[in-house]
Amino acid sequence: MSVAQIIKSFTLWEFVKAHALTLKYFFKPKATINYPFERNPVSPRFRGEHALRRYPNGEERCIACKLCEAVCPAQAITIEAEPRDDGSRRTTRYDIDMTKCIYCGLCAEACPVDAIVEGPNYEFATETREELIYDKAKLLDNGDRWESAIAANLAADAPYR
Amino acid sequence: MTEFFQSTVGMPYGWAWFTATIVGILVIALPLMLAVAMIIYADRKIWAAMALRRGPNVVGPLGLLQSFADGLKVFLQETIIPSAANRTLFLIAPIITFTVALIVWAVIPFQAGVVLADINVGLLYILAASSLGVYGIILAGWASNSKYPFYSALRAAAQMVSYEVAIGFILISIVLWSGTFNLSGIVMAQKGHGLGIINGFWINPLLFPMAVMFFISSLAETQRAPFDLTEAESELVAGYQTEYSSMSFALFWLGEYANVLLMCALNATLFWGGWLPPIDWAPLYLVPGIIWLFAKILFFFFLFSWVKATVPRYRYDQLMRLGWKIFLPVSLFWVFLVSGVLMWVRVGFQS
Repeated sequence: MSVAQIIKSFTLWEFVKAHALTLKYFFKPKATINYPFERNPVSPRFRGEHALRRYPNGEERCIACKLCEAVCPAQAITIEAEPRDDGSRRTTRYDIDMTKCIYCGLCAEACPVDAIVEGPNYEFATETREELIYDKAKLLDNGDRWESAIAANLAADAPYR
Repeated sequence: MTEFFQSTVGMPYGWAWFTATIVGILVIALPLMLAVAMIIYADRKIWAAMALRRGPNVVGPLGLLQSFADGLKVFLQETIIPSAANRTLFLIAPIITFTVALIVWAVIPFQAGVVLADINVGLLYILAASSLGVYGIILAGWASNSKYPFYSALRAAAQMVSYEVAIGFILISIVLWSGTFNLSGIVMAQKGHGLGIINGFWINPLLFPMAVMFFISSLAETQRAPFDLTEAESELVAGYQTEYSSMSFALFWLGEYANVLLMCALNATLFWGGWLPPIDWAPLYLVPGIIWLFAKILFFFFLFSWVKATVPRYRYDQLMRLGWKIFLPVSLFWVFLVSGVLMWVRVGFQS
């Protein structure tokens, strides 16, 4: 060891420098956001909780083409369909197993009528596993609840599709 | 206080002494437990701030009640004793750690004359009692009958023994300079030590290196980062606490932080003037001594957290190298140096 190194190691020079740096960071503004009260902005393309949308007149969009069921890589979607009394083809069952879903967004891309979409909501943690197996009523309810946000996001992203 | 119970309450001397001692213990131990709870919170906050995080901020104003919430959670948990563990030792180990962390506080002087046991060999008592602390960890590691706690116990034993050697020599140089083992005496010996202005041995160029070494050794002695090899989470899960849960875990936790506080208090008492204000200037003595001591303890605790946030963990061979190949020879040499200088200054050369 050279003399300079010996002096450096016995005066703990490197430690002093390191502590000066951490003290500087101690007074810096925090990088963490205060989550439940502050949130990061979310992209219009964000793929969160699923929702089934309706037309403005209240008619559900889904025509039971089963493209989403076919494209789903995790096979999380289960659809059963029958003609309705007025002759239109509608789903009698539309289940998404959210524990299987990988949030790839292929279902929303496959959908010809923009019925199934992934909304901006990411806070749908549950206490039981069963609650994460969504049925048609739950998905339609999500659609009603998040319609304005979903529509705005789709409109914002439309120019790039 | 004994006189108070004797004359005012009218107890016989023995009972008065007994009651006074119990009251004294409670007056020290209960605020200490509160301080430990707050210091755990402070530790997390300081560490978080240096990592640009917020730290606990939800429970109570600014998260101040976080430690109590944690304590409540731990208290309500189930105590799990591994079936292969040695039940008796497994349960005794955290009690030993916790008790030893508390008993040393008996000789810490909080103010002139305010000390639970003003014994003449206070420093030896501290050395002896803090050496006992390692038994809690060894027993915990061994009684868990699990490999990670066992490794941790081996590490803890070797680490604490190594650094106690250096601490012993550092304390000897303090004792040589102040001429007493009594902690109050040591504090009083620091009054006006630096040119009659500054209180504290740290201003002495001969003792300042000892102060730094004592601080580093006290990090190792309390198993704080960067010497927290006994609970190196990347290698040993949680070290000797791995198999512990509920209150026995909480006792380890409290004991560990009570030890940290104790080491901060020792740093303050031995080198930085204890309850004396930093400068020997009459108006500063209007502030009660316990507040000065408390401020110094908090300062050293901040240093502990600061080091934890800054320095990465040592490798075990580096730890041993620092203890045996640097601290031991340097402190041994310093004992010779200090005793030689004192001999020269106080006695002069005689043949």
